Amino acid sequence: MSKTVAQLLVRERTMLTPHHALITLFSDTMPVCSAGQFLNVLVPDSPRTFLRRPISIHDYAPDGTLRLLVHDVGDGTHRLCRLQPDDTLDCLLPLGRPFSMPATPGDVLLVGGGVGVAPLLFLGKELARSGCAVTFILGGKTEADILRREAFEQVGRVGLTTEDGSAGTRGFVTHHPAMCQPYDRIYTCGPKPMMQAVAKVAHQTGTPCEASLENMMACGLGACLCCVEKTTSGNRCACTDGPVFDTKELLW
Amino acid sequence: MPDLHVNIGALRLKNPVLTASGTFGYGTEFAPFLDLEALGGFIVKGTTLHPREGNDYPRMAETPSGMLNCVGLQNKGVEHFCSEIYPTLSNLDTAVIVNVSGSTVEDYAACAARIAELEHVPAIELNISCPNVQAGGMAFGVTARGAASVVAAVRKVYPKTLIVKLSPNVTDITEIARAAEAEGADSLSLINTLLGMAIDIESRKPVLSIATGGLSGPAVRPVALRMVWQTAKAVKVPIIGLGGICSAEDAIAFIMAGATAIQIGTANFIDPRTAAHVVQGINEWMQSHGVNSLDEIRGCI
Repeated sequence: MSKTVAQLLVRERTMLTPHHALITLFSDTMPVCSAGQFLNVLVPDSPRTFLRRPISIHDYAPDGTLRLLVHDVGDGTHRLCRLQPDDTLDCLLPLGRPFSMPATPGDVLLVGGGVGVAPLLFLGKELARSGCAVTFILGGKTEADILRREAFEQVGRVGLTTEDGSAGTRGFVTHHPAMCQPYDRIYTCGPKPMMQAVAKVAHQTGTPCEASLENMMACGLGACLCCVEKTTSGNRCACTDGPVFDTKELLW
Repeated sequence: MPDLHVNIGALRLKNPVLTASGTFGYGTEFAPFLDLEALGGFIVKGTTLHPREGNDYPRMAETPSGMLNCVGLQNKGVEHFCSEIYPTLSNLDTAVIVNVSGSTVEDYAACAARIAELEHVPAIELNISCPNVQAGGMAFGVTARGAASVVAAVRKVYPKTLIVKLSPNVTDITEIARAAEAEGADSLSLINTLLGMAIDIESRKPVLSIATGGLSGPAVRPVALRMVWQTAKAVKVPIIGLGGICSAEDAIAFIMAGATAIQIGTANFIDPRTAAHVVQGINEWMQSHGVNSLDEIRGCI
């Protein structure tokens, strides 16, 4: 699907926590998107926000709806968390290299932390549809940081970890028992130290692993070269060569 | 229909709208969003004799009405451009201009000489103003003597249209402009980015990996406009104005300040269609104001 600038209609905005919004967007001509891709969103009415904000696709349906999970961490995302139904959002999409699908269905593990769980719902649905057995491990500091648990439970098995033990296993995602089981493939998105720990486990067991990075971006189109990540083939753009990378290519 | 064409030395552009080096990739990245042939031309990213990895991440910081970058001329070198990129651009009916950079006078000249062999590249933009590299770059562009040495060396080996891109990080930009003109520059483009800085007060460290970076976007536009106005009065060669131009109105102001052509830079990141919108907007403004040629308004201030 060719990249385009689209005006997407805000259908619904729900606050999942005081700092996390679930935004449902709609268009009659929604481009075809793949799991792991993102939108670069122009933030309306936010004079202090100059650049677009890259937001991964949380959920996607062929009927023209697309969902974003937004964490309010600054002026731009704060404004996005205040969008109202019937607002329009100027978006560049679909951007980035998606997650790769296994050639044959198998057991897959999807590990997310914080708002990094966002792209894993869309991915989990695609994997489940292709016949994979999907296990999620969702991590957060406390129970309140575990986002969209029910939605994930409709797609696959869900394990939880929290740093304070308020839900699931106490500790980090890598402490969850499900982490020790064999998988055909592992996918991860979240804070970099978490993804690095997941990648380490994957490498130790020889399991293919993909991680979705969230490097700061300007253009989202591979032009400005601001979002680079060091890889085995030099600096590569998270926006066009990623955001999804095979963790073996990353110099972690 | 108004006549939008302009001449930069021997180079005829169908309209005055170019895109700035480092903000438009190799053009092809923007082909899904606009008709590249609707532009006067585009300037591909900074190219050096040898491949460069650029600076470490983080390379970017958002600022009020702009951004800082310290990319540091990441590119795969001139041979990669000639063999892999040029063939994809050589059939376009628009001016494809290569931005040439280097660490030494010899590197600039060797890179320019290689680009001179490319039939469908009618001009180069000599980057003596990159603030993000240790050697070369801006070091040449902040003294009249440094600028003169690079321009003279490149002029000897580059027979086509030679544009020299100037740094605003100087006391008197007209002094550098006159030095470049005296050594045979056909045109001057200005401004490159303004040296700036951002600090993360929680980590108590600079945001950018090399501490400083180049500021671009609407934040720098008034500075750029002033420098274009001053420089246009100081030299005879055509000026290409850039710095925070986002709209046709911005572009027309630069032309009134004395610019022959303009470049769209950081605005490409906000809306990849901007350059095409600016072409259309200039056309509409000329029609609604009864202006038939840009000569009628150029340098009217």
